[in-house]
Amino acid sequence: MALDRIVAPVIKDAIDFNIQLKPYQKFSLDNGVEVYAYEGGSQEVLLVDMVFYAGNSFEQKNWVAAATNFLLKNGTSSKTSFEITDAFEFYGAHLNRTCTNETATVTLHSLSKHFQEVIPIMGEIISEASFPEKEIAILKQNQIQRLLLNLKKGDFIANRLIDEYLFGFEHPYGKYSVEKDYKDINREDLVSFYDKYYLNGKCVIFIAGKFPSTMEALLNKHIGQLPLNKKDIKEQAHPIISATEKKYSIVNDAASVQGSIRLARHFPNRHHPDFPAAQVLNNIFGGFFGSRLMSNIREDKGYTYGIHSYLQNYKHAGAWMVSTDAGKDVCKATMEEVYKEMKKLREEPVGEEELKLVKNYMLGALLGDLDGPFQIISRWKTYLLNDLTEDYFYNTIKVVRSVGPEELQALAQTYLKEEDFYELVVY
Amino acid sequence: MIQFEKFELDNGLKVLVHQDTSTPMAVVNVLYNVGAKDEDPAKTGFAHLFEHLMFGGSVNIPVYDEPLQRAGGENNAYTTNDLTNYYCQIPAENIETAFWLESDRMLSLAFSKKSLEVQRKVVCEEFKEHYINKPYGDAWHKMRSLAYTQHPYRWMTIGASLQHVEDATMEDVKDFFFQFYRPNNAILVVTGNVQTEQVKQLAQKWFGPIEAGKPYVRNLPKEPVQEKSRTMDVRADVPLDMLMMTWHMGGRFDEGYHATDLITEVLGGGTSARLYEQLIKVKQIFSSIDCYHFGTVDPGLLVIEGKLVKGISMAVAEKAVLEEIEKIKNEILDAKEVQKVINKTESVICFEDMSIMNRAHSLAYYELLGDADLMNKELSMYQKVTPSMIQHTAQEIFQDSNRNTLYYYSKS
Repeated sequence: MALDRIVAPVIKDAIDFNIQLKPYQKFSLDNGVEVYAYEGGSQEVLLVDMVFYAGNSFEQKNWVAAATNFLLKNGTSSKTSFEITDAFEFYGAHLNRTCTNETATVTLHSLSKHFQEVIPIMGEIISEASFPEKEIAILKQNQIQRLLLNLKKGDFIANRLIDEYLFGFEHPYGKYSVEKDYKDINREDLVSFYDKYYLNGKCVIFIAGKFPSTMEALLNKHIGQLPLNKKDIKEQAHPIISATEKKYSIVNDAASVQGSIRLARHFPNRHHPDFPAAQVLNNIFGGFFGSRLMSNIREDKGYTYGIHSYLQNYKHAGAWMVSTDAGKDVCKATMEEVYKEMKKLREEPVGEEELKLVKNYMLGALLGDLDGPFQIISRWKTYLLNDLTEDYFYNTIKVVRSVGPEELQALAQTYLKEEDFYELVVY
Repeated sequence: MIQFEKFELDNGLKVLVHQDTSTPMAVVNVLYNVGAKDEDPAKTGFAHLFEHLMFGGSVNIPVYDEPLQRAGGENNAYTTNDLTNYYCQIPAENIETAFWLESDRMLSLAFSKKSLEVQRKVVCEEFKEHYINKPYGDAWHKMRSLAYTQHPYRWMTIGASLQHVEDATMEDVKDFFFQFYRPNNAILVVTGNVQTEQVKQLAQKWFGPIEAGKPYVRNLPKEPVQEKSRTMDVRADVPLDMLMMTWHMGGRFDEGYHATDLITEVLGGGTSARLYEQLIKVKQIFSSIDCYHFGTVDPGLLVIEGKLVKGISMAVAEKAVLEEIEKIKNEILDAKEVQKVINKTESVICFEDMSIMNRAHSLAYYELLGDADLMNKELSMYQKVTPSMIQHTAQEIFQDSNRNTLYYYSKS
C-alpha cells in the first residue's frame, strides 16, 4: 500500500496528557533561611539561586539596587575582584547576578564535584563584600558608555518609555536610569543598601541538579550561620501614575530604516481570576509562532521579522504588550493590522480547530518546559516568590483545557480594546 | 558520555538515536550539509532565505507549523556558514507527526510563489533589524570582506547585500532544493524517550521512499595565506570607537584547534580572563572587550573586539591589545591557568549536554564532522593541551602579517 502523506498520523491530544509539577524538598538552615531543593538530571551539575529581597523597589536612589547586586563579587575584605572571579572560574563555576523589581539574585552554576570548593566563596561575598572605590568608578564609567550605546537603539528607548507611560516614572516598574543617576551614586549608598538588604537581609534559596551528599551541611556551614532573616523586610507600596496621553511617535534616529512599535495596556497580575484564560487568548492573539499577529503581519504581509504579544506579569501589576520592529514605511499599517486582529477577537468567536491547536500547543510546550531539574525549580521559584501554590499550576491547566470560544470572546471584549492601549513608535 | 546508535537508509540518510527515558519529550533534528559557504557569490544569503522557505508548505502538507503545534510540538531552525539545522521538540507519544512533516519537506517543497514573496520581505526586515538599524551592525560585513579574499566565509549568512535577497527567483529555489536537500546530504538525529527499533521503523517508513540525489562534492576555493597586515577605517554615527582585530586560525580538523579554543578562553573567557582584567580593570582602556572564534569547519578567524573608553585613542588601545598578545606568545602559561580553562571547558560541556535538544544538535554536528562519537572525545582533546602547545599555537596565529584590523570610529 502506498504511503499516505496527506493525512496526518494519529496524535494524542496534549490536553489529555497528565502533566505534573514534581514536588520540591524543603529544609531550613540554622539561621532560618529556607531552602527549596529539586534533585535530578542526567549531568553532574547543580545550580544555587540565593534570592534576596533587594530589588529596585527598595532603593531610595535610582540604580543603587542594581549596582549593589552587580558589585557583590567585586571585592571582599580578604579578596580582590579578580581573585574572587578566578576562584569560581578555576573550578569551571559561574556566578551571575540579576536585579529585578522586588528581588535580586546571586546564582551559582557549578559542577557537583566542585560544590564544596565554591560554596565558601559564595558565602564570603554575601557576608564580606567590600565595594572598593575603584570598582565603583569603573562600573560607573562603563555603565555610562553602555547607556550611550543603548540610547542609539530604538528598541531600547521604546522598552523604557512604554513602561514609563504605563506605570509612571516614580514606580519601580516604570523608572529607568539616566546618566546622572550613574554619576550620583557613591560608596555609602551601596554599603548601606548592602548592609540592610544583603548582610542583614531576607533571603530564600533554590537549589537544583545533582547534589553531593554533603550539600545540606555545606550550605549550613557557609550560608546558615550568616545573620540573615533576622529582620522583617517590608515591601513598600508604590503608586501607579499612568500617562494621560496615549499615543506617541518619537524620532530617535532620523536615518532609521525601522520603527520599534509597542502597544500596551494595564493587566492584572497572576492572582486575578482572568489570568489563565487570558494566557490562552494571548497565545491566539500573538503569543507564539502560529498566532494571528505572526500569521498576518509576518507570514502574510512580510512587514516584520517577528511580532509578539505577551502578558508582562510583574508581582503586583502587569501589562498586556504587543512588541515588534517593522519597516519604517509599514509601521502605520502594522498597527492598523494589530487593531484589526483585536477587533476580530472581540467580534467573532475563535474557531474550535484553532482553539484546540492552541491548547495542545500550550500544554505540549508546558510539558517541554518542565523537562529537567533547573526548569522545575525555576517554575517553583516563580510561584513561591509570587505567593502562588501548586493550585495555580493545576488551575491553569484546568482552564487551558476547558476554556471555550464564548469566554475568550468576552475576555477580548474586556481587555483587547484599541482605546485602552498606549501606542508608541520609536524611529 | 552520550550513548547513541547509528544506521543508514538505502538512500544515504544517516540516522542517529539517543535514548533518554527520564523525559516525556523527544527531539527530531534534521541537519542538511549546506551553509552560506555553498552559495554562488552572486546569490548570497540564499541558504538562510531557503531556511525560511522550508516553513512555507511542502508537497503534501500546505502548512508546516500547524500540525506540529496541534501535536504539542515546537520547532525552529538556524543557518550558519557551514550548515542548516532544523529541529522540533514534541511529546514523545506524538513523534510520528515530526517524521511525517520532516520527510514531506525533504521529499519536495510546495514551491509557493506567495511564500517566496513574503519571506523575501521578512528576511529583508531581519537584515535591517540586525545589520542596518543597529550600531556597528555592519562591522562583520566589513571584517569578513577584509579578512577573506577567496573563501566564501567572506560573506555573512544573511547575505552580502539586501539586493541578493530581493533578487532570489523560484528557479533558484528549486535548483538549491534539489541540489542540497536530499537524504544523502542530511543527518537525522532523534533523542529523548524513544526506542531505536521504533525510530528505525519510522525512519524507513517516512524517509525510506525519498530518492537519493546526486552526491554533493564540495569544492570551495581555499583562502590563500595572508602575507600582509590589512586595515580598514570606518566612520559612522556610533557613540564609541570600536577596535576589531582578527587573525586567521585553523579549521575544525586542525591539530591546533583545541589549543586555539583555549587561547580565546585565556584571553577572553569571563571576567577573570586576561583582556578583561588588564584592559578593562587595570588599565581602563576598554569599556568592553571580547575574544572568541566561530568554530567554523574550514579555517576561521580568531577575534578580539572591544569598545574604547571615551578619550582613549585608537593607537593606545591597539598597542595595549598587542602587548597582551606578545605576552601569550612569549611567556609560557603556568599550569594553573591552563587547568582553569580546561576545567571551564569541562563545565561548559556538562551544562550543554543537559537537554535532549542540545544533545541532538551536538550529535548531528559531530556526525557532520565525520563521527558523532567525537562528541564524547572532546573533553579528552582539551585535556591533552599543554602550556607549550598553547604558546606554540599563539606564535603561529598571532603574526602581524596574519592580522586584519577594523578601526571603527565614532563620528561625534
